[in-house]
Amino acid sequence: MQVWVPRVLVLCMTWPLAACAGQQSALDHQGLQSEQIRHTLFIFLIVAAIVWTAVVIVLGLGLLRRKRTADQPLDLHQPFEQRSGRVVLALGIATTVVVLGLSFVSYAGQRTVFAKDENALTLKIIGHQWWWEVRYEADSPHQSFVTANEIRIPTGQPVKVELESADVIHSFWVPSLTGKMDLIPGQKNELQFTAKNAGIYRGQCAEFCGIQHAHMAFAVIAMSPDEFGRWRDHENQSANSPTDQLGKQGEALFRARGCALCHNISGTMAGGQLGPDLTHIGSRTTIAAGTLPNTSATLGAWIADPQHIKPGNLMPKMPLQSDEMIAIIHYLEQLK
Amino acid sequence: MSMAAEPNELRDDVLNGLQLSMQLERVWRTPSGLVGALMSVDHKVVGRRYILTAFAFLLLGGILAILMRVQLAGPEKTFLSADKYNQVFTMHGSTMMFLFAVPVMEAFAVYLVPLMVGTRNIAFPRLNAFSYWMFLFGGCFLWISFLFNVGPDVGWFSYVPLSSLQFTPTKRADVWAQMITFTEVAALAVAVEIVVTVFKLRAPGMTLDRIPLFVWAMLVTAFLVMFAMPSIMVASTSLILDRLVNTRFYDSSSGGHPLLWQHLFWFFGHPEVYIIFIPGTGMVSAILATFARRPVIGYPVVILSLIATGFLSFGLWVHHMFVTGLPQLGAALFTASSMLIAVPSGLQIFCWLATLWDGRPVYRTPLLFVIGFIVIFVLGGLSGVMVASVPIDTQVHDTYFVVAHFHYVLIGGAVFPLVGAVYYWFPKIAGRMLSERLGRWNFWLAFIGFNVAFFPMHILGLIGMPRRVYTYTADMDWAHLNLVSSGGALVFAFSFAVLLANVIYSLRKGALAGDNPWNASTLEWATSSPPPPQNFDRIPVVKHRDPLWADSESLSVVAGLSAERREVLLTSLAEAEPQIREASPEPSIWPLLTAIATTIFFIGSIFTPWAVLWGTPPMAVTLIGWFWPSGSKEDEE
Repeated sequence: MQVWVPRVLVLCMTWPLAACAGQQSALDHQGLQSEQIRHTLFIFLIVAAIVWTAVVIVLGLGLLRRKRTADQPLDLHQPFEQRSGRVVLALGIATTVVVLGLSFVSYAGQRTVFAKDENALTLKIIGHQWWWEVRYEADSPHQSFVTANEIRIPTGQPVKVELESADVIHSFWVPSLTGKMDLIPGQKNELQFTAKNAGIYRGQCAEFCGIQHAHMAFAVIAMSPDEFGRWRDHENQSANSPTDQLGKQGEALFRARGCALCHNISGTMAGGQLGPDLTHIGSRTTIAAGTLPNTSATLGAWIADPQHIKPGNLMPKMPLQSDEMIAIIHYLEQLK
Repeated sequence: MSMAAEPNELRDDVLNGLQLSMQLERVWRTPSGLVGALMSVDHKVVGRRYILTAFAFLLLGGILAILMRVQLAGPEKTFLSADKYNQVFTMHGSTMMFLFAVPVMEAFAVYLVPLMVGTRNIAFPRLNAFSYWMFLFGGCFLWISFLFNVGPDVGWFSYVPLSSLQFTPTKRADVWAQMITFTEVAALAVAVEIVVTVFKLRAPGMTLDRIPLFVWAMLVTAFLVMFAMPSIMVASTSLILDRLVNTRFYDSSSGGHPLLWQHLFWFFGHPEVYIIFIPGTGMVSAILATFARRPVIGYPVVILSLIATGFLSFGLWVHHMFVTGLPQLGAALFTASSMLIAVPSGLQIFCWLATLWDGRPVYRTPLLFVIGFIVIFVLGGLSGVMVASVPIDTQVHDTYFVVAHFHYVLIGGAVFPLVGAVYYWFPKIAGRMLSERLGRWNFWLAFIGFNVAFFPMHILGLIGMPRRVYTYTADMDWAHLNLVSSGGALVFAFSFAVLLANVIYSLRKGALAGDNPWNASTLEWATSSPPPPQNFDRIPVVKHRDPLWADSESLSVVAGLSAERREVLLTSLAEAEPQIREASPEPSIWPLLTAIATTIFFIGSIFTPWAVLWGTPPMAVTLIGWFWPSGSKEDEE
């Protein structure tokens, strides 16, 4: 459904975003669904703008117009009373027609947004306090892998995410691609969307989920189907074995210092399930659920004191010597 | 009928003038001294306390709002910690909804409804006193807990399983849930009083179609309270049970379900919005008639709109749950029902616009706030139509767009009329006028501050800022609009400082008001300012919807009520024909003692189930004291 939208209105709504790279915005539509929602939104916005302007104009005219002179409050002008009754009634009917019309516009948009495609690429997303577990599940277990806080999808192809929660209610929201859907314990929700263009789209938990709700972001990286296929083949492989001495030392420390109790690195002895899977952590763009960019400095700061960066999160501060820290960081960075 | 003479009794028909006033004042006054004050059952005394307490909570909730706006004024600020911020936003919402907005509206009803229907006291005045004490103790309980770092931090909506014992092992969620119980008891009590007062205590001749619009609004609100509040009491009580004795109402691994909470909460939570907004419309109608110098056009339309709003408000709760994975067609039906409420709201707006169109507006502060109300509320209503749409809501739900929307609706729809109502009725309550000069400052600061604070939030929501985040990173590009919003919030807060200054100044220096300073039409202006303990020396007889405009010289009155004991006149439901003389309770300390016993029971029971056992006997004792037969002549007929 193509809608004519006054240029000025769009500018008014979007000028503050001029500087924004379109990371996380319902107005920056990069998905088929977010585009449809934006159309519906603009239809509503135009109707709302017209109604509000009309009310304010009538209010202003009503206050400013020349008034008949009468000194008694009950000295009413009968023709006006009758006429105003009819006008109020007519406006009431008009309101009914408008809201029923808008209901249909809304429902039409809703059907498009929630249309299902049976052939969609399916992945499962499990919400945790305060990070996202992402499972790419295929028919054969060799084709299945787990990652965290970063979702890669092919462009132009419908993607279905199955949403579950491991603890409290979260909400999956990537406004540039589509609207949100809750992750509710004991319930399976799903959401479908299609990215039109390649790019990195930020998403964030939208349902208050505890102390670090503010730091529960993720990235959706849409890439061409070819690139996506290559990435997927790579992710299917187990973690790289460290090539140098420092890396090997880091791998040993990862187990010895307790990291492996919570984190999984497939192909190694580290098989913890409580925290994010780190098999290919070195290739991710952010750490701590979108809180920091993934660099050796931020990784070090995070491991040194996770409670300082994200107070209340479930990763404890581990007592590590600085050389041990360097080894672990070196190891993790090799897990491309 | 009850008017049959009892030979030895002193009636108000044998006394006159000052003698009558003094006699009635002696019968109806609140006893002196501290104990006397604690015993008061005068609806004006209780109502005044209720209003002041609710405004004190507004001040506290407002301070929290400013703390949040400081924290969010820029990215990555560390003014509040994550833990503190979550407590602060939870306390802000809970305080504003449960300790300010609902109570303040009921408070105005407690003060004004008996005066507007022309009776001497509210129905069930001791219950009224009890209601106030419960409200006060519940509010203090919440705030004292907060000061001891046990303030709730799970949101004013307290979604399970976040608020379950597993994820909130501290007492914070219990404090929230039990505060609900306190305020709901208080609200239900007032609702019953208002319904009975309006149905049975109206002055003779005040037929259903002569009831002032404000009273109609409070009547509809009272019914909403009675039907909506039980839902939240069920919800919060079962939450406490889940936490205290391990019932599994909301545990999905044992057959419960987290969405059950959301259905119960919003079945209350949506009507709650109208419990706050409908009294606001009543205030608007009252102020508008007086300052447009003519009755509101479409009296029956306005009343039917209020009633329709009340009914519809119970059929929309699901629009708070559009992203929980409900069936699509079901959700779409709630889109339609949610939008449909625009029809009765719209009809009221059209009636008010027509009234202003024909009226001869007198631009005093109350009218300014009503004009501000129309401009702001219509915008909030229209953004409400937007969020009612499922596809739009999937984007804006739980973002700052919704924060903007409901502040436009609640502040625009309820707080602007409320402040207007303060300017309008302050002369009646305090006997002195508020300063008009400060009033104008108050209005313009509020109007500009409000819009600067909240309009940018619409855009913030659309560009991706979720609610309830204690901070955001600099690369999100939300900083500028947040800074603007925080600046507006400060201006808006300052407008309330002006209001406070105006009240304090005018209490001493304000011009004396006289009985009817605005030349208004309803009965509360037919008595002195402030009204005497008995409200009216003789009960007025109503022959017109606008009695003081129709009979500007002198009101007809009815005589024959006792002048030596507290007595009110009961009238019939529809036609308000006199039916019976009814005794009205004397002051009593028992409502306070009952409230104290109930408070101990409520607070104890979040710590141990045994409190249910040892907490009930004191309540039983105080209730027996409350209802102990006094040997009076009441109800002999």
